[in-house]
Amino acid sequence: MTSRTANPTPPGGDRPAGGRVARPEWADGLRQLYDSVVDEPLPDSFRDLLAKLDAQG
Amino acid sequence: MEGSDRTACEKADFKRELTEVVPHLRAFARGLCGRPDMADDLVQETLLKAWAAQDRFQPGTSMRAWTFVILRNAYLTDMRRNRFRGDYDESLAERVLTAPAGQEQPIHLSDLHRALLTLPPERREALLLVGAGGFSYEEAAAICGCAVGTIKSRVGRARAALNAMLEDGSVPQRSLDDAAAHRAILEELDHVAAGHGVAAAS
Repeated sequence: MTSRTANPTPPGGDRPAGGRVARPEWADGLRQLYDSVVDEPLPDSFRDLLAKLDAQG
Repeated sequence: MEGSDRTACEKADFKRELTEVVPHLRAFARGLCGRPDMADDLVQETLLKAWAAQDRFQPGTSMRAWTFVILRNAYLTDMRRNRFRGDYDESLAERVLTAPAGQEQPIHLSDLHRALLTLPPERREALLLVGAGGFSYEEAAAICGCAVGTIKSRVGRARAALNAMLEDGSVPQRSLDDAAAHRAILEELDHVAAGHGVAAAS
């Protein structure tokens, strides 16, 4: 994380080259794909792994 | 054991923050490599690496961004070892994403995911970070270890490619069965991995 700038550009705030519409109909689908996984219950294997980390010191 | 010069309180904070980002790591990994089981293996690998490298995490900075760097580097390494085949998530097959007016066939989430998996990896990850993960271009550039303009270009090309595939219905049924396409992707991976993305994980 070395290259920080003071004024982050909002990703939806500009238009790609060629005048193409910035948010096509499928754009929300990317969010849906991502959020559907975020909202899944965490498998036990992750709870087990996280619990073991403490034992490693 | 690493992490010995951190206080117990700092370690507890690290552990809590690491736990909180696991769902996000799973979502990013699923988008990158498609198959849920492989994605979860990648996240477990990432958690172990993050824990071992916790002295390099600066408290107060974004745990999500820091761990995404570790995850993408692990993914690139594993891809070059040909561990991932780019299969898509079967459970998405029936989920309708959108049915554009005047178009007979609706676009399914699975179409979007398959189309995503056909993109060159550096464009796929750029689009995932910005379009799905909600990172700014600047944050995505930091995660990928490249210039902001490069990220903007990759996102633009990724969007254009997905538009083309989704609008004319040319999404491939299987993403990486074509040996030539797969070889081309591996060559691009070598290029991407050669000089980038080592901001936090090495």
